[in-house]
Amino acid sequence: MGEREYDAGAYVPPAETEEMELVHPKTFIGKYIWSQDAKVIAIQYGVTATAIGLVALVLSLLMRLQLGFPNAFSLIDPGEYLQYVSMHGMIMVVYLLTAIFLGGFGNYLIPLMCGARDMVFPYLNMLSFWFYFASVLILVAGFFVPGGSMGAGWTLYPPQSISEGTPGSEAGIVVMLLSLAVFIAGFTMGGLNYVVTVLQARTRGMTLMRLPLTIWGIFMATVMALLAFPALFVAALMMLCDRLLGTSFFMPEMLSMGETSDHGGGSPILFQHLFWFFGHPEVYIVALPAFGIVSDLLACHARKNIFGYRMMVWAIVIIGVLSFVVWAHHMYVSGMNPYFGFLFAITTLIIAVPTAIKVYNWVLTLWRGNIRLTVPMLFAIGFIFTFVNGGLSGLFLGNVTVDVPLSDTYFVVGHFHMVMAVAPVLVIFGAIYHWYPKMTGRMLNDTLGKVHFWITFLGTYVIYYPMHFMGLEGVPRRYYAYGETTFISDSVQTLNVVISIAAFIVALAQVLFLINLVWSYYRGRDAGPNPWRATTLEWQTEHTPPRHGNFGESLPLVYRWPYDYSVPGASEDFIPQNVSPEETRWQAEGRQS
Amino acid sequence: MAIAIVLIVLALGSVVFYFLSPWGLTPLASNWGAIDATIDITFVVTGAVFVAINVFMAYAILCYRFKRQRRSHYEPENKKLEAWLTGLTTLGIVALLAPGLFVWGNYVNVPDDAHEVEVIGQQWHWSYRLPGDDGRFGDVRTHLIDESNPFGLDPDDPAGQDDVLIDSSHVKLPIDRPVKLMLRSTDVIHNFKVAQFRAKMDVMPGQVSYMWLTPTKTGDFEAVCAELCGMAHFAMRGRVEVVEQGEFDDWVAQQPTFGELQDVGEGDPEAGAELYARCVACHGPQGGGRQEMNAPRLAGLDDDYIERQLRNFRQGARGEHEADRFGQQMRPFAMTLEDREMNADVAAHIETFPVEPTRPTIIGDAERGERFYRSCASCHGADGEGRRALKAPRLAGMNDWYLVRQLQHFKDGVRGRHPDDWYGNQMVDMAQILVDDAALRDVVAYIGTLSGGESSPQQDSEQARAEE
Repeated sequence: MGEREYDAGAYVPPAETEEMELVHPKTFIGKYIWSQDAKVIAIQYGVTATAIGLVALVLSLLMRLQLGFPNAFSLIDPGEYLQYVSMHGMIMVVYLLTAIFLGGFGNYLIPLMCGARDMVFPYLNMLSFWFYFASVLILVAGFFVPGGSMGAGWTLYPPQSISEGTPGSEAGIVVMLLSLAVFIAGFTMGGLNYVVTVLQARTRGMTLMRLPLTIWGIFMATVMALLAFPALFVAALMMLCDRLLGTSFFMPEMLSMGETSDHGGGSPILFQHLFWFFGHPEVYIVALPAFGIVSDLLACHARKNIFGYRMMVWAIVIIGVLSFVVWAHHMYVSGMNPYFGFLFAITTLIIAVPTAIKVYNWVLTLWRGNIRLTVPMLFAIGFIFTFVNGGLSGLFLGNVTVDVPLSDTYFVVGHFHMVMAVAPVLVIFGAIYHWYPKMTGRMLNDTLGKVHFWITFLGTYVIYYPMHFMGLEGVPRRYYAYGETTFISDSVQTLNVVISIAAFIVALAQVLFLINLVWSYYRGRDAGPNPWRATTLEWQTEHTPPRHGNFGESLPLVYRWPYDYSVPGASEDFIPQNVSPEETRWQAEGRQS
Repeated sequence: MAIAIVLIVLALGSVVFYFLSPWGLTPLASNWGAIDATIDITFVVTGAVFVAINVFMAYAILCYRFKRQRRSHYEPENKKLEAWLTGLTTLGIVALLAPGLFVWGNYVNVPDDAHEVEVIGQQWHWSYRLPGDDGRFGDVRTHLIDESNPFGLDPDDPAGQDDVLIDSSHVKLPIDRPVKLMLRSTDVIHNFKVAQFRAKMDVMPGQVSYMWLTPTKTGDFEAVCAELCGMAHFAMRGRVEVVEQGEFDDWVAQQPTFGELQDVGEGDPEAGAELYARCVACHGPQGGGRQEMNAPRLAGLDDDYIERQLRNFRQGARGEHEADRFGQQMRPFAMTLEDREMNADVAAHIETFPVEPTRPTIIGDAERGERFYRSCASCHGADGEGRRALKAPRLAGMNDWYLVRQLQHFKDGVRGRHPDDWYGNQMVDMAQILVDDAALRDVVAYIGTLSGGESSPQQDSEQARAEE
C-alpha cells in the first residue's frame, strides 16, 4: 500500500495560535537553578533521579551480599535487610522510574516533539521539580531518623508498617509517607502541565495522530498517574492518621508485641485496595513511556516506519484504561473475597492482548527494515527480549490459579524485575544514547556504550531468569536468610552466589556509563543537529542543544506523521515532519534531473 | 550480527535451562495436581511464544542489517496481518484462562465433608485450634487474649469449651481427608504456606480467610510465613505432619481443650516448692544459678518458658545432642517431673524468686553488642525483659556465661534443631547474625547492661536525687 492513502502528505492549513511569552533570566541561578525552561528542568529531574537511583542500587548490592554470602560480612542485620528491600523498591519505582520518565523525558521531549516553545505553565513546572527535590531530601532523611528508614516493604502494608516489630515503624514510616505526599503534590503540578501542553500547545499541523509514540506513551502515562496517585495520597494520609493520631482506618482489633493495642475496627485490606489501585497503574505509568520511546528508537534506527501506528496508539490507550480494572490481581491470596479472582484474572489476561500487539508491531517494524545496530538500537532489542520474557511470566501470575503457589516467591521477584525494572531501564539507557547528542551537541562514546549494553543485558538476564525457578521451588521473598528448610535445595545457595556476583558486575558496568556521560560531554564527537537522521521535530531545531524557546523565529509547521522513513521515491531515507509535500516533490525532481 | 546470535542462544538456552534446571516445583503432597497442570500449560504456551518471537526477531536482524543502498519496505499497516495476530493471541489467552478459572472454581469451593482446622498466625510463630467434639469453633476476640487465655476464646460461649488448643507451631493432619484451614491473625498479616501443598492464603487480621486441601502424602512438611510480617519474618516457621487417621485421633485426644485448661488453672507455687528441692543442689535455693555446677540462673524466667524447657528436656527436644554436655545432665532431672501439672507448679515456684544482679564473667564490647542486640530486641524486648507472648524469655540478669554457651549452641544447631523444639529453630536462624565469637561475647556484654524493664536501685537513687 502506498503512502498517499495514509494522509502522510496531506497539508494542514495554519491556524491562528498565539506565541507564548517566555521569561528569559540573565543570571546563572535563574537559568540553571530556578529555571523555568523545560529542558533544564528535565536535566534537573534526570540528575536527581539518577543520584537517588544509585543509592537504591547500592542498597540492592548490600542485599545481594547478604543473600549470596549469608552472615559472612555482618554488614546488615535482619531489620536493616528489610529496610533496604523496602527503600530499594520504593526509590526505584517512584523516585527513579516515574520521575525520570515523566519529569525527565517528559519535560525534555514534550515541548520539542510537539513543536512548542515550552511547557504551558513554566513556573508550575519549576515548582514541580523543587517539590520532587524536597521529597527526595525527605526520603533520604528517613535513613537517619531514630530506628532507621521504613522497612515494611515498598507496599507499606498495615498493620505491620506502623506496628512495633517492623523496622522503621517508629519514625521511618512517617518520613516515608510525608515524602510520598510531597512527591505526589509535585507530580500533580508537573503532570497537569504535560497533559495541557500535549493537548493545547502542539504546533500547527501536529494532529494527535501525528504525534510520535513517545509523546503518546508519556501523555497516557501522565493521565494515568494523575488518576492513580491520589489513591496513594489518601492512603498515605490515612495511614499517617493511624500512626500519629491513633485513628484506625486500616487497623483492626489486634495485638502489638503480645499487648492489646488501642486500635480496632479498621480494615487492612482496604489499604491494599487503595495501594494497588495506584500500584498497578503505576506499572504502566513506567511501562507506557518506555513503550513509546522504544517505538521511536526502533523506527529511527531501523530506518522504517513503525508498523501499525494507529494500532499502537490505540493499544496505549486501551492498556491505560484497562490497567485501572486489574489492581486486585496483586491480592489473589490476600484474603479478599475469593470470587474476585474470576473477574480480575479475566481483566488481567485481556490486557495481554494489546500488550502482545505492541510486541508484534515492534518486531514487525524490524522486519524488512534497514537495521543500524547502533547503541540505542541494541538497547531497544534488549528491551524487547527482556520485556517479552517478563510479560510472559506475567501470564503465570495474572492467572489466578497459577499465581497461588508462585505468589510471594522469587518467581514474583524475577517477573517484576524483568518487566518493570530491567526492561524500562534498558529503554532509559537507549533513550539517553539516542537523545544525548541533542541535549549536549556531542555523541556518546560508541565502544563504551556497547560494553555497557552487553554487560547490562546479559548480566541482568543471569540475575533474574534463574529467580523464576527458585520461585517454582517455593523460595519465599523478603527473607533475610533461609536457614534449613525441608523444601529448599542446597543448590539454591550456589545459585544465590552466582546471582550476587552477576549483580556486582552489572553494577560496575553502570560506572562505565557514568564515565561515558561525563567524558563525552567534554570530548565526545561533535553530533551536528540530526546525527541519527531522524524525522521528529526535536532534531529540526535551529540550535543544538536547543535554546530556551526551542525553535527559531517561527514554530515549525507539521505536514506528516513522524515515521516517514524510507518513503518510496524520496531522495533521502527520511522525511522530517516539517518538510512539506512540495519540498519533497521538488527534491525528488531535483535528484532525477 | 552478534546480537542476533545471542538472542537465539538466549531464547533456546532458556528452554534448555527449563528442562535441565535442578530447581522446580517441590514434589506435590496434596490434591492440587490441577494447579501444577495449569503451570505446565502456561509453560508450554508462553515458552512457544517466547521462542517464536525472539527467533523471528533475530532472523529479522540477520536478514535486514544496514546496507547503504537498501531502503526499508514502506508499509504503515497491514490490517489483515494485525487482525490475524490479534485473533491468535486471544485464542492463546483463552487457552490459558479457561483451565485457570476452572481450577479456581474448585479452589474457592470447599467440599462439604472437609473438617476444619484453625491456623493462628502471630509474630513470629503459628498455633492451631480444632473445633472439638461439637464440630463448632467457639467465638474468639483478639482483645480477650492474655496469659491465661492465649487464644482469646470467649469463656461464655459453650461452643468454645471443647475446642482443642494447640499452643505450638507443630500440627498434625490426617491423610486423604479434605481440610478447610481457617486462617486468623492476632497482629499483622501473615501467610500460611506449605510449599508441597501448593495452596496458600494470607492470614489477615480483622477477618478469617480460608483455603482447603487434601493431604495425599504422609510425612513432615515445613510451614513458612509468606507475607512480610516484620523483623523475624524469615524465622517464622511451623510444621505440618500428615499422618494416618488413627494416629491423628490419638494425637487430638492428648491435646488439651479450652475447658480443661480453664479448670487446671495456674500452677501452685507451694506444691512447686516441694518439687523444687531436687533442683536446689545445682540451681541454688533462690534459683540464682551456680557457675561451678554449670547451672544457670532461673529467677526471673516466666513460667511459660520454664514449663516449655522442662518439657523439651523430658521429651529429648533439648539436651539430647551429644555436644550439649550440660543439657544431657539436666535431662534425668527433668524426667522426674512427670506431668504437666508438676511442671506448672515448679515454674510457678520459680516465678516467686527475687531477681538479684549477676556478676559479669565475660568481657565483650557492649557498644558493638548494642548493634547486634537490635535484632534481639524485637522479641526479647529493648530492656531484655522478655516477651511471653512471643515465646521469648527474659535475658536481663541472666548469667552471661550461660547466654554465651546457649547462643553458641543455637548457632551450631546443637540446640533448637530438634523438630519438637517448636521455637528453638527461630533462635538457630537468628543466632546466625553473630558472625564470630567476639560478636557473641559483645552482644552478651550488652545484655549485661540491660535493666530488664525495672529500674535498678542506682537509677532509683538518681531519680530521688533529681526530685530533691
